[in-house]
Amino acid sequence: MEELDGEPTVTLIPGVNSKKKQMCFDWGPGEMLVCETSFNKKEQPEMVPNCPFIYIIRKDIDIYSKILRKLFNESHGIFVGLQRIEEELTGKSRKAQLVRVSKNYRSVIRACMEEMHQVAIAAKDPVSGRQLSSQVSILSAMELIWNLCEILFIEVAPAGPLLLHLLDWVRLHVCEVDSLSADVLGSENPSKHDNFWNLPGNTQTLTELELKWQHWHEECERHLQDGTFAASPHLESLCKIMLGDEAALLEHKELLSNWYHFLVTRLLYSHPTVKPIDLHFYAQSSLDLFLGGESSPEPLDNILMAAFEFDIHQVIKECSIALSNWWFVAHLTDLLDHCKLLQSHNLYFGSNMREFLLLEYASGLFAHHSLWQLGVDYFDYCPELGRVSLELHIERIPLNTEQKALKVLRICEQRQMTEQVRSICKILAMKAVRNNRLGSALSWSIRAKDAAFATLVSDRFLRDYCERGCFSDLDLIDNLGPAMMLSDRLTFLGKYREFHRLYGEKRFVDAASLLLSLMTSQIAPRSFWMTLLTDALPLLEQKQVIFSAEQTYELMRCLEDLTSERPEHGEPDAQQLQDDDIETTKVEMLRLALARNLAGAILREGSLEGS
Amino acid sequence: MFVARSIAADHKDLIHDVSFDFHGRRMATCSSDQSVKTHSGSVWRVTWAHPEFGQVLASCSFDRTAAVWEEIVGESNDKLRGQSHWVKRTTLVDSRTSVTDVKFAPKHMGLMLATCSADGIVRIYEAPDVMNLSQWSLQHEISCKLSCSCISWNPSSSRAHSPMIAVGSDDSSPNTMAKVQIFEYNENTRKYAKAETLMTVTDPVHDIAFAPNLGRSFHILAIATKDVRIFTLKPVRVLIMLMYLAVFLSANYMDNWKCTGILKGNGSPVNGSSQQGSSNPSLGSNIPNLQNSLNGSSAGRYFFPPLDSPRAGSRWSSYAQLLPPPPPPPPPPPPPLVEHSCDADTASLQYPHPHRGYFSRPLNPLPENEGV
Repeated sequence: MEELDGEPTVTLIPGVNSKKKQMCFDWGPGEMLVCETSFNKKEQPEMVPNCPFIYIIRKDIDIYSKILRKLFNESHGIFVGLQRIEEELTGKSRKAQLVRVSKNYRSVIRACMEEMHQVAIAAKDPVSGRQLSSQVSILSAMELIWNLCEILFIEVAPAGPLLLHLLDWVRLHVCEVDSLSADVLGSENPSKHDNFWNLPGNTQTLTELELKWQHWHEECERHLQDGTFAASPHLESLCKIMLGDEAALLEHKELLSNWYHFLVTRLLYSHPTVKPIDLHFYAQSSLDLFLGGESSPEPLDNILMAAFEFDIHQVIKECSIALSNWWFVAHLTDLLDHCKLLQSHNLYFGSNMREFLLLEYASGLFAHHSLWQLGVDYFDYCPELGRVSLELHIERIPLNTEQKALKVLRICEQRQMTEQVRSICKILAMKAVRNNRLGSALSWSIRAKDAAFATLVSDRFLRDYCERGCFSDLDLIDNLGPAMMLSDRLTFLGKYREFHRLYGEKRFVDAASLLLSLMTSQIAPRSFWMTLLTDALPLLEQKQVIFSAEQTYELMRCLEDLTSERPEHGEPDAQQLQDDDIETTKVEMLRLALARNLAGAILREGSLEGS
Repeated sequence: MFVARSIAADHKDLIHDVSFDFHGRRMATCSSDQSVKTHSGSVWRVTWAHPEFGQVLASCSFDRTAAVWEEIVGESNDKLRGQSHWVKRTTLVDSRTSVTDVKFAPKHMGLMLATCSADGIVRIYEAPDVMNLSQWSLQHEISCKLSCSCISWNPSSSRAHSPMIAVGSDDSSPNTMAKVQIFEYNENTRKYAKAETLMTVTDPVHDIAFAPNLGRSFHILAIATKDVRIFTLKPVRVLIMLMYLAVFLSANYMDNWKCTGILKGNGSPVNGSSQQGSSNPSLGSNIPNLQNSLNGSSAGRYFFPPLDSPRAGSRWSSYAQLLPPPPPPPPPPPPPLVEHSCDADTASLQYPHPHRGYFSRPLNPLPENEGV
């Protein structure tokens, strides 16, 4: 079969001199960056002025149309509904249900068309008015094709009802000629015509119908032969038309808007009980006769012809070429797949055509700041590559707001996409750290279950505390709950804050025990011990004895541990000497306080409880 | 249909590279102008690190260095509160010649980057502490023997694939053969070893890029020379597998590469409108038509699977005479090296992200194989 592509379209980039220079580019998730450059690095560039612009190129512009967006949204609902009821579709009702789904899709297209038509009429700017009108005609063509596919592939109308459906189809899309066609094509005996075709409730079999029609046809012919209408050429012409005489029909070509109108009219009068498999003969000859060698078929004609030939793949193929986005072929193919009409054509690595089209369509949606959410569901229903495609796309969604980030994360968590959750949380945590929003960074690290990063953020908190003497984001730290266990440093941070709370509530004994345990259990980083011991000072200097003797011994041991470990300084400079001084003073004070406390503790324990 | 909008570039001289960040929200450009003193020579390439590492850029330049930059948000105390500016964190000075490309490794490898230079050496650096971008250590030096122009990391994070890097050379002498080399990390020797040389690429290579891996077992690599070629690399463990794979692949449909869009400068400021039509960009460059060519056999662990013969009446049929007859059933002959190539006025090349149909359109998934 013939290859169908046209040449690739050329897009002109203004200001770029393609003769002397080249272009460099980069793909982004939804757009492409293009810039003029020169690959000839060695020569000095001639004094050809450089193009001063960077271009951002966007391909799937349809997703940015407000009106089409409704199409995408509503069809998404229909699509998901169809996937969900798949299991329930059985037996006789299955076909009816599928036809209903098809009609739903079509009504969505028509609604969109209507709206766009209104906007086109009201458009003040003629260029956009034209653009919109052209869009309307594309939508109209889409509905035309879909409707025909519904009749032939989904409804699978047999001979008899087939022509009725085709009549409706033509009437629906050739409405402007409807009134005229009524005059020319059936005025003689419309009632006879209607009754004849009153099939619902009609219990005649096809053979009976055919017989009836044959009888009527012969009668007409006899009238013509006998010259009954000889007096009136108009009536004679009508009679010929009703006999399906093609030449007579074509004489009134201007009233037939296109070849498929001609086809259906012809069939009505010459082969009303046409069988589906015979359709394409009549279709081809109708097309040829109608065009009369003056013009060649357009893409729409080819698509319709492929449908009449029951070549589904050809229909999809041609539609893919002719249409500017994947919406139509993706949804139609999916529906036809549910009708079990597509044999599985394995692509490259195992996904079939339906899936390929859905993937392409869904991928396009991800370029849009809100339509990407629809894309998620489409990926969900692609069993082979949907998941991995979703994984790759969802990471690239820019997370401008917390709300959006949470939405994305919820989607990932629902699908157990743990790596993506981790990655997104990490990105947000890192962003927060860089912007010094430690509370936010901490909560993202916890959500990412990233122990290392939680440790890092906790360290920052502690450093902040040391520098400023107070904590930021107290709410968060106070309510860590079991998340505290994520990393030792985080646990320490939480417990340390708890110590401060206890102290604030004047529960000194509990605070003291906690403080000590932080050191003895080794979860406090060594670097922080001095701070902890300094925190102990006020407790040591209370009038009442808080630390027990045992505890005081422990504290002393900690202090000695700390001081004995202090590394020898290389060449102490002025600042270091000053620091050393402060350190020494602190240590002295601590030693004194500890000693006093010990004395007091021993006394108390000796006298109260007799040890 | 493509639609272009423009923004003014702030450069006063030729721009050499543009780069989108991971989310497509920010871009970086680099040029020959010296208005902002980033390097002391033309800056050839700029690239973003994965946002998990923060806002980090790397650049490479004619001045023999590569640099790593980090965006800092002003501290609340100083005047620059809330404002961000870029700070150079480190300069990598090991190269003795112009550094022609710099690329970060896939994020699962940690904070790692590779540079390549005109002296033919690829260097791989790592920052062990991702919070300290001033400490980078040189982990590997790979000698390519030819002046290098571009590198690409294989983005696959699958455990089945070792880290892999492809290097292209723009050496213009006609005798040299190894214009594209592929190196793979060996867990045992802890070194990068040459895994493959693409012998059919004889023209200077300007750019190279791996495609994202969607769970395939093989890799796709695109190479920009005077045209653009796409290779598939399939790892083969055991010779017996060859037979199975040859049969498997000829039974399945192989996608064909087609040019579906062209971006071209028109030299004068006009409304850059395009014609109606449907297209999917495959690789954005001047690609007027496509050719299909087959060459002799390859060597090495990787082999390039045979293509289905094009169908009669297809665009490819005019080149049918270039195709050898389809391989006979097992045992198969040495598997031919297969590439798709297109004429192009060269391109700077990056892989589109997966949604950018780097497949062809669904024209092709038809089973008819009417033969050549």
